[in-house]
Amino acid sequence: MHLLYMIFIDPFVQMGQAPDLLAQTLWEGLVGGMLYALIALGFVLIFKASGVFNFAQGIMVVFAALTLVGLHDAGLNAFLALGLTIVVMFGLAFTVERVVLRPLVNQPDIILFMATFGITYFLIGFGEFVFGGDPKVMVTEDLFLPQGSITYKTLGGIVQLQKIDIAAVIIASIMVAALAVFFSKTRIGRALRAVADSHSAALSVGISLEQIWVIVWFAAGLVALVTGIFWGARSDVSFALEIIALKALPVLILGGFTSIPGAIVGGLIIGIGEKLGEFYWGPLVGGGTDAWFAYVIALVFLLFRPQGLFGEKIIERV
Amino acid sequence: MLYREAGQFKTDYASDQAIFPISQDRLGLAVIIAGALAIPLSGNDFLINAVATPFLIFSLAAIGLNLLTGYTGLLSLGTGAFMGVGAYACYKLTSIFPDVNILIWVAVSGLFSAAVGTIFGLPSLRIKGFYLAIATLAAQFFLEWCFIRVSWLYNYNISGAIEVPQRELFGIIVTGPRATAETRYYVVLGFVVVMTWIASNLVHGRIGRMWMAVRDMDIAAELMGIRLLSTKLLAFAVSSFYCGVAGALMTFLWYGGAEATVFNINQSFTILFMIIIGGLGSLLGAFLGAALIYIMPIVLRWVPELLGLPMQAATVEHVTFMTVGVLIIFFLIAEPAGLARLWQIGKQKLRVWPFPY
Repeated sequence: MHLLYMIFIDPFVQMGQAPDLLAQTLWEGLVGGMLYALIALGFVLIFKASGVFNFAQGIMVVFAALTLVGLHDAGLNAFLALGLTIVVMFGLAFTVERVVLRPLVNQPDIILFMATFGITYFLIGFGEFVFGGDPKVMVTEDLFLPQGSITYKTLGGIVQLQKIDIAAVIIASIMVAALAVFFSKTRIGRALRAVADSHSAALSVGISLEQIWVIVWFAAGLVALVTGIFWGARSDVSFALEIIALKALPVLILGGFTSIPGAIVGGLIIGIGEKLGEFYWGPLVGGGTDAWFAYVIALVFLLFRPQGLFGEKIIERV
Repeated sequence: MLYREAGQFKTDYASDQAIFPISQDRLGLAVIIAGALAIPLSGNDFLINAVATPFLIFSLAAIGLNLLTGYTGLLSLGTGAFMGVGAYACYKLTSIFPDVNILIWVAVSGLFSAAVGTIFGLPSLRIKGFYLAIATLAAQFFLEWCFIRVSWLYNYNISGAIEVPQRELFGIIVTGPRATAETRYYVVLGFVVVMTWIASNLVHGRIGRMWMAVRDMDIAAELMGIRLLSTKLLAFAVSSFYCGVAGALMTFLWYGGAEATVFNINQSFTILFMIIIGGLGSLLGAFLGAALIYIMPIVLRWVPELLGLPMQAATVEHVTFMTVGVLIIFFLIAEPAGLARLWQIGKQKLRVWPFPY
């Protein structure tokens, strides 16, 4: 009886008693979810256009952030370093298409998935080789990103918002909107959607698959860079960031592999659910639940909608 | 020249259906087993302890995952956790009943792993493909969390780790720090040979065919009268059993102790690499993949030393990572169906040599 009370009633009583804490938890969940959503967005871009389940997205985030910080440490102006990092990400996209994707075209999904593991290993080794394995500090100031925090006195308490988090939410929203416009209004965007629909049909109307792949990998690289900047600003830039890619998996699966809105909504659900679960229910089982809570949320959703919230309906024929 | 089947006539169905129909293959297998038995005679502890024993253990885990992913087509990223279940189950069993033969507990711990695997396999009926990976990832992270938080599992040790107690078998020390490398190697070898033989019989029989039918198209398999529920769950159970035994062997006969991080997600990925590189749906592939993924980095670490290049340990580590990545991509491009397929092509070439067909 006591246990049931602790599970079903007590957390809500706590929420009602301290709405400021609830608001703070929700906000942190929102920001965390936004960053998960950004990583999932990188996955979705690549999956839509090439059917590749790109495990390397997580390490691309780390690699982009490391390149930026490394170039800045080498004495470059922060914005010059940013520009150079974008060039590096383009080079990476180009190389991946040339060396990995093109020879493996038409192979089963799991083989391409495995190939992105090869990319992951290479980038881990390469990144540590060039920039060293120590955690680095993101160049927040030089990029004119705000620091510090704003404190509101509302709801009978204090709610503290980090300025960098606000900036992250705003920039992420702008980027998602820009991507949406890019997908629906531009020629390349339409070509991307055509490729996502059917490779062979796209080829037959004269769309170059190779070109499209370079573009999506580059777009994913840019998303990775933005993610890396904000995630790096919240903690350090280190290879430990790589594990957030694993956090993006439930987001991706919850939203459906092919849906950009799905990635965003999935990210927010997972981010907020994880924080609420850890804060209100975590202590019941000894804490640390955020390691697996996201997966369980995704699993529960999946049992009701096997293709994810926004995924295309799976039709099977014999 | 030597590899010819000319003159080997099959006079009954049994010999026609044999897994190794050509006598040279059987001879080769005998040579490999003899070689495996002879490894400890070299007396090189590094070779036995750090190369041969782990290779066998990883092969066993890879066979387990291959039964699930390669033969039944269910992607699993929870291998590490299922190995962990085996290791912790074996540890608890031998602490509660110290007098029972440790080898029995190693085998029984697989049953615990199989039970856990079956539970986490339930969603596979509704969820498919990469979506299923999430169910097994949930298993991975939830179980890993249990290994850390449930201190009953490691007997409330302050270090949070398992320390393998000393156990004897017929007067020979098998586990614990005082067991010799040779003894441990032979025990592992025994397990691997017997379980590979069982797996081979499983996949060549009715059950294996059911699994493969489900892999190729589960709806079609269902229409043919294969019950998906029992088939998929059986695959999860058998696969987890193998992984659990491999985990118990790993803890008891290789590391001599373990903590939760041993069974983390990277372990799952490593074993997945092994079966993809080695060849999905091939028992030989599990061995070849384990050899490549586990032994290649060891060899690569020697290369700079052999070439006389002065490199720091950290740099060697980074270069090894890069090389492994490049080699994975290289092997995938060279033969996406895995090393086992390369081996088959090579055999076919040998059979018809010097003619191309």
